[in-house]
Amino acid sequence: MVNSLLIGLIVLGVLVLWVILIFNSLVRLRYKVKNAWSQIDVQLKRRYDLIPNLIETVKGYMKHEREVLTEITNARANLVSGSLKDRAKASNQITDALKSVFAVAENYPKLQASENFKMLQEELAGTENKISYSRQYYNDIVMNYNTKIHVFPSNMAAGIMGFKEEEFFKTEEKEKEPVKVKF
Amino acid sequence: MAEMFSEVNRNKWNSFFLISIFIVIITFIGLGLGNFWGNIYAGAILAAIFAFFYTLIVFNTGDKMILSMSGAKEAKKQDYPHLYHSVEGLAIAAGIPMPKIYVIEDSALNAFATGKNPEKASITVTTGLLNKLNRQELEGVIAHEMSHIKNYDIRFMMLTAVLVGITVLLSDFFLRSLLYGKGNSNDRGNVNAIFIIVGLVLAILAPIIVELIKLAISRKREYMADASGAILTRYPEGLASALEKIKSDPDPLVDHANKATAHLFISNPFSRKNMSKLWSTHPPIDERIKRLRAM
Repeated sequence: MVNSLLIGLIVLGVLVLWVILIFNSLVRLRYKVKNAWSQIDVQLKRRYDLIPNLIETVKGYMKHEREVLTEITNARANLVSGSLKDRAKASNQITDALKSVFAVAENYPKLQASENFKMLQEELAGTENKISYSRQYYNDIVMNYNTKIHVFPSNMAAGIMGFKEEEFFKTEEKEKEPVKVKF
Repeated sequence: MAEMFSEVNRNKWNSFFLISIFIVIITFIGLGLGNFWGNIYAGAILAAIFAFFYTLIVFNTGDKMILSMSGAKEAKKQDYPHLYHSVEGLAIAAGIPMPKIYVIEDSALNAFATGKNPEKASITVTTGLLNKLNRQELEGVIAHEMSHIKNYDIRFMMLTAVLVGITVLLSDFFLRSLLYGKGNSNDRGNVNAIFIIVGLVLAILAPIIVELIKLAISRKREYMADASGAILTRYPEGLASALEKIKSDPDPLVDHANKATAHLFISNPFSRKNMSKLWSTHPPIDERIKRLRAM
């Protein structure tokens, strides 16, 4: 009698311990997801801040390509708010628009020679890289988190405690290639 | 991911093990020295205390010692913007804090990472590397170093680099005083004789053991870091082509590397030829390129 009670208690104890461990590891992963997202945010913000400088520098030289600059300005305006999907889309638009600005800039040797432009180009290329790396890290972490939620046995605990799947930061197919910036 | 964690644990455990062995060896050497100076226990206790504080200092400042030994200088962002961006980007990709960046003024192509943990880590590259590699290749090399940091390879490699030197120095000192010292071991018992023999054997073996540990671990480590680096950049060809450039570069990094720090570097800083496979701290570069291209 006493023995079976003891065994019951031990089993219960182990079970509780297991649930606590799962809970903690899920919470930890969820924080990692949040942190990874804020990394993307920092880089997107950085690019957002750099764009006016770029337009300011470029505008004096590019008299005939105003529409390229308008495209960037519009995409930039969409970047600030909205759902993850909207922002991912706006971010991809900016990447494309930047690509065309730098492509067009190749026709202006004077602009290419300007120190300010060179610095901005390096800064933007670096930021573009960091955006894709932070997105890659975010997606890695989200994958870990989602996997943990769905695999047995942690899915039982996750379901009861209300952990929900997180969304990936998707890229469009054509955007998979890195930005070509010449140095 | 799970494999990564076990790699971290193995490195932490190895570091702990290495420190323990170091303290034991130094204590035995102290025992032997104490015997010649008249007080065997004082020798052992003093040596143990010394070894403890020495490892404590090495653990916390070993990376600084290695950096100054290599003549590395901290790199400013305005001087090396694209190096800065690459390191920042890959630190984000690896999910670790941004390491400090150092540069060695040398035309050779090489790089290393060091530090006690990812929070206190640094990456060093030569100016030759910056000049001769393109962006993808540089990112490949940085990603390799970033993996060393994330894996805690840097902790273990830093400890071996710094503890090797002092062990060799001390066992040499011990052997000298054994040969030329005026021992008074006659009036002590057999127990002391055993201590001395053990101390002697350890003193001779210690440098060899540490050397072998260094050799055994670092080759596997390089393959590991190549592979996890390629996962970070999602582009194995970057590192593969960087290694190809490093291979064909005739310029070794002898001025800034020595025997104790050689295993830290991405490629052997000494001559790449005439090196037998067994005694090399680095895997053959062709084999590394082949593995990267097969990914």
